[in-house]
Amino acid sequence: MLLSLFYILIFPGFIFLSAYGLIVEYLDRKLYARFQNRIGPPWFQPLADFIKLIGKEAIVPAKADKGMFRILPAFALASVSAVILYIPLWSTSALFPFKSDLIVVLYLLTIPTITFFIAGWVSTSLFSTLGAVRTITQLFAYEVPLFMALLGPALLAGSWSISEIAAFYYKNPLLSLYNIPGFIVAMIAIQGKLERVPFDIPEAETEIVAGSFTEYSGRHLALFRMAIDIEMIVLVSLIAAVFFPVYISGNITLGLVTYLLKTVILVFILALIRSLMARLRIEQMVKFCWLYLAPAAILQILIDLLVKGVS
Amino acid sequence: MGRIEIPIGPQHPALKEPESFTLYLEGERIAASNVTLGYNHRGIEKACEGRTYIEDLYLIERVCGICSHSHSTCFISAVEEVAKLEIPKRAKYIRTIIGELERIHSHLLWLGVAAHEIGFDTLFMYSWRDREVVMDILEMLTGNRVNYGINKIGGVRRDISEEQKEQVLKAVETLEERTKYYIEIVNSETTLIGRLKNVGKLSYEDAMRFQASGPVARASGVDRDVRRDDPYLAYGEIPFNVITDNHCDVLGRTIVRAKELIESYKIIRFALKDIPQGDLAVKAPRRIPAGEAFTRYEAPRGEDVHFVKANGTDKPERVKLRAPTLANLASITHMLDGGYLADVPIVIAAIDPCFSCTDRSISIKHLDSGNENIMDWDSLRKYSIDWHKNKGFDAKNIQVKLK
Repeated sequence: MLLSLFYILIFPGFIFLSAYGLIVEYLDRKLYARFQNRIGPPWFQPLADFIKLIGKEAIVPAKADKGMFRILPAFALASVSAVILYIPLWSTSALFPFKSDLIVVLYLLTIPTITFFIAGWVSTSLFSTLGAVRTITQLFAYEVPLFMALLGPALLAGSWSISEIAAFYYKNPLLSLYNIPGFIVAMIAIQGKLERVPFDIPEAETEIVAGSFTEYSGRHLALFRMAIDIEMIVLVSLIAAVFFPVYISGNITLGLVTYLLKTVILVFILALIRSLMARLRIEQMVKFCWLYLAPAAILQILIDLLVKGVS
Repeated sequence: MGRIEIPIGPQHPALKEPESFTLYLEGERIAASNVTLGYNHRGIEKACEGRTYIEDLYLIERVCGICSHSHSTCFISAVEEVAKLEIPKRAKYIRTIIGELERIHSHLLWLGVAAHEIGFDTLFMYSWRDREVVMDILEMLTGNRVNYGINKIGGVRRDISEEQKEQVLKAVETLEERTKYYIEIVNSETTLIGRLKNVGKLSYEDAMRFQASGPVARASGVDRDVRRDDPYLAYGEIPFNVITDNHCDVLGRTIVRAKELIESYKIIRFALKDIPQGDLAVKAPRRIPAGEAFTRYEAPRGEDVHFVKANGTDKPERVKLRAPTLANLASITHMLDGGYLADVPIVIAAIDPCFSCTDRSISIKHLDSGNENIMDWDSLRKYSIDWHKNKGFDAKNIQVKLK
């Protein structure tokens, strides 16, 4: 009981996630800045931003649904934080694995996006509404490729549990080479999930100010920002667990170092994609996802089925 | 979603200056649009009439923060034409060089802004970093990064030394290399082309119909450049190409500006090599004889037009200036219609708008009735007094006590 509480609240639960979320945000911003020939923020900048936002006045629009408006950030934060319990971090087993937890994780990861949509909708301002509509349109575009990209490896491993998938590829590391198309699809799709360039359409600042979050301020915005940071870690951890079967078993410290290394490499790739492109239009994004990303994900499933049939 | 009205401006992250665009959206598509001017009226023409020509020169330089040299040169050319002053050749060359450096600075700035509007912040940061090079050069030559103040009636204030020449040439070398890289990016980066191609279409006929000018017109295939068609300063002696493009969209405008940068480097190289020796300025009278002049100048954003009427005193009778943005603004609603909301910032940015340079009037809009009317000075004053009286505030009762 006490150990479970420790897991949930301190490590790898809330405290660790928040701290690592801020570090990852710093890394992302710093790398992005260096790619752009800028100096970038100091290491404590995300923390300072968070504290500043917490301390500021939280304005709730007069016409907004006040209860929903206040509770949504907490919803987003809780759902993304819960995911970490089912993802293997330093060993091939997650903290509370169960059969078919991959499905639960994917659905838990949809909740923050839905909260962004509802948050934009209940704000009732024009820019928020437009941002909300774009968020949900974008969700339909990247969600299917992302699911299918993760489905392929699961099919080959013959399990719906992330821990079992990780264990399978740990035993047969060469088999994960078949999953490279899926890895690429997943990396592009989570760029959409995290609303980053080239898929930062829902919060395109030069068009619709801050999209869904236009009316948010103070601690509500701080919680949303934290949820997005944690969402990034969770997604990166999920991809690392499914596509990168590198673990050092037995030693928790070394295992943790491997985990951190894997996630940092993925964050580096994400920052690189972000700095190389321009923002697409929503209709270009949807077209790209259905025309290229979804077929690539289907190809991944086909490959995995073939490999499974042969072996 | 049904038809919704969305305000872009007067305050909006996409706009660097206050201006109001009202869009009527059907989903993400724009069904109709409307532009409202008049948030930046500074009364600059009237202010010029109350000041001497020398003061006006510095005032006119502050019409625009970016193309300050264009306005100042255009104005001073008109004054010199009225006064029948022939400025020394060396001064002409120096004005030309500063003008071209300013064009480089303006186009690089535009490239950054355009990249930012489509979410390509890396290009934004890169081009603004390179813009620092040309701004440092301008500071070295004139003493200021913007508002150079190099002109004076009858010539220029500062000379360009051999040492400075070397430095300018070195900077131009760096910039040319960078610009070639940007041209390559514009021609090859998929997302960039995806965002710029077929956006903000303006056909040749429409460009002629709406009287677009500068890079906007040239990107629609209108072969028009004041530097070549009506040469002023040293342009008649310097060989250069007028860049046109047939894309007729934002991509075309980007390509035209990028290629114009290359032409500017050529012009600067030629001008620095062939700059004649001689005086910097001729003596100018304080009182300008009566007469009037009308001058054109190819500013980075398009054709800048100034009219000066002198009445024999040291102050002008009338100054009229038309900034290039006004010429291009007419085509904006046409370019926006039928496009996507996501393209609004880049379409507006593609004319390289400078709204505070453009505004020459205020229109009063009644918020409740939506009626608009333009007021002259007296009726505006009366309106203001009545409005305050209605609020229970009478200006007549105020007495200013001087100690």
